[in-house]
Amino acid sequence: MVTKKFMLYFPKSETEKPIIYHLVKDYNLIINIFRAKITPEEEGFLVIDVTGEQENIDKAMVFLSGFDVQINTRKKGLIYDSTKCTHCGNCLSHCPTQALFIENHQTMEVIFRENLCIECLACVKNCPYNACSSLF
Amino acid sequence: MKSYEEINRKIESKKAVVLTAEEIIDYVDKKGLDKAAEEVDVVTTASFGPMCSSGCFLNFGHSKPKIRMTEAWIQDVGAYTGIAAVDVYLGATQLRHNDPANMSYPGDFAYGGGHVIEDLIAGKELQLFALSYGTDEYPLREIRSYFTINDLNQAIMVNPRNCYQNYNVAINCSDKPIYTYLGLLKPNMKNLTYCSAGQLSPLLNDPFYTTIGVGTRVWLAGAQGHVYAEGTQHAPSSQRNDLGVPMEGAGTLALTGDMKKMNPRFVRGLSLKGYGVSLSIGVGIPIPILNKEILKQTTIRDQDIFAPVIDYSHDYPQKTGKVLCHVNYSDLKKGEVDILGKQVAVSSLSSYYTAREIAELLKDEIKRGEFTVTQPISYLPREQSFKSLNIREKQNGH
Repeated sequence: MVTKKFMLYFPKSETEKPIIYHLVKDYNLIINIFRAKITPEEEGFLVIDVTGEQENIDKAMVFLSGFDVQINTRKKGLIYDSTKCTHCGNCLSHCPTQALFIENHQTMEVIFRENLCIECLACVKNCPYNACSSLF
Repeated sequence: MKSYEEINRKIESKKAVVLTAEEIIDYVDKKGLDKAAEEVDVVTTASFGPMCSSGCFLNFGHSKPKIRMTEAWIQDVGAYTGIAAVDVYLGATQLRHNDPANMSYPGDFAYGGGHVIEDLIAGKELQLFALSYGTDEYPLREIRSYFTINDLNQAIMVNPRNCYQNYNVAINCSDKPIYTYLGLLKPNMKNLTYCSAGQLSPLLNDPFYTTIGVGTRVWLAGAQGHVYAEGTQHAPSSQRNDLGVPMEGAGTLALTGDMKKMNPRFVRGLSLKGYGVSLSIGVGIPIPILNKEILKQTTIRDQDIFAPVIDYSHDYPQKTGKVLCHVNYSDLKKGEVDILGKQVAVSSLSSYYTAREIAELLKDEIKRGEFTVTQPISYLPREQSFKSLNIREKQNGH
C-alpha cells in the first residue's frame, strides 16, 4: 500500500460526474480529502491523499485521464512563498501539523514541510506578509 | 577603556573587532570580561518586526501649473497634507480608501500605508491623486500622475516609536478568539504571541542607554539613519531585574533614514487580520565597547530577559495593569511554554532570523570600514514614567 497526494482540477464540463466514486469502488482506493472547492465559475479543485496498491493507483490515473481532469502530483493548493516569508513565526501556533516549523532554534528559520501540510489554510489567514496563499 | 575616536580609527583602517550580540555571549565566556573588553571594539544588535509608528515624508516637486495639495492619496491610501505645498506624510497604519475595516469582522486589511511604503522602496510605480481648493499662485485643483521613488526629491522615513526595549507577550483568557496587533489569539490560552529579538535587541543590550542616544547612527533597513529623539512612550522607569533589564516595554527610540538608500527586503507591509495594516522594519545598532561594563551588558542572554504575559481579551483593553506571569525568551523560543501550569503554543511577530541576518550585515559593514560609531549628542532620559490619558471634565472655565 502506498499513499500519494494529488491535486485534481475539474473544468466545468466534468464537475457533475461521479469520478471520485469510481476511484473508491472500481480501484479499491482510500480517498482522504484535504480540501475541495467549486468556484463561482463552477470549476472544481480537489486535494486528496490516495492510498492503495500502486497498480490500482496507476490504473485509476489511466481512468482519470479519460476525462478532462488535470492531475497534478507536484503543485499543491497551498503555496508557501519563501521569498515573502520573514521567518517571524506567527504561523507556528496556528499550523496544526507543524508543517510550518522551526527546526533550528539557533537560527530560528521557519521551514515549510510540504508533506505534512493538510491545507487547512490557517497559515493563509494568519501570515501578515501573505507568504502563504491558496491556489483556489 | 576606549574612546569613540579610537574605535573609529580601527574601523576606518578595517581592523575593528566586531561581533554580533549573539556571538559575544560565548566569546566573553571563553575569554573573560577583561580580555574581551580589550579585544572587542563593537557589538552589533538588531531587530526586525512591526513598527506601527513608521511613516515617511515625501516631496513631489512642482507640477506645471502648480498645485498646493490639500488632500492626497497614494495607491488610494490617504496621505497627510497639512504641511508645505507638495510635501505629504504617509503613515504605515493608514487604511486604503474604502477599506471596509472591521465592518466585516475580522477585516482582511489587504493593503495600506505600510504596503505603499514597501512598494515605494521596492521601486514600484505608484499612483498619486491629489486635490486642492486652488489659490492664486497654486491654481491647479486636481492632479493624477504616476511616480517611483526616483522621481521624488526626498523620501525620508520617520519612526517616532521604534525598537521597544522589551514587549508584552499577548494571550487570550476569554472563551472567544480575538484579533489583535499581535495576531490571532485563540481562546482559553491556546496560544500566545511575543515580539522581541531578545538577546539581539538593541536596547536590551544597552539597558541604561549608555551608548545609544540622540544622534547615534543606526542601520535602518540598509540605509544609514540615526536616532533623532527619545521614542514616544519612552518610559525607562520600569521594573527591572538584577541585571538592569526591563521586565516590560520601557525605552523606545525615534529613528529616521533616507528611504532611497533602503533595501526593500527589510521594509515589509503587514496585514493583521481584524486589526489593520502596519510596517515591519529592520534595524541594526552598533554598540561601541568603550569599557567592560558596556561589554557586560551586551552579554545578556535570552534566558535572563523576562517579558510580561498579559491577557489581551480583558486586562490589556481595560488597562487593569494585571500581569499574569513573566516568561523568558529562551523558553518562548522553544515553541511551547508553561503559563500558569498550562502548556501554551508560541507565535512570534518579531523575526529573530532576520534580526540575526541584520546583525551580520551591520558587522560586515563595520569591518569593511563603511559604518562608524557615533557618540550621542544628547542622552535618552533614564528616568521617566508613562503617563495615562485621563478622561475628565474641563477644569479651566476660560
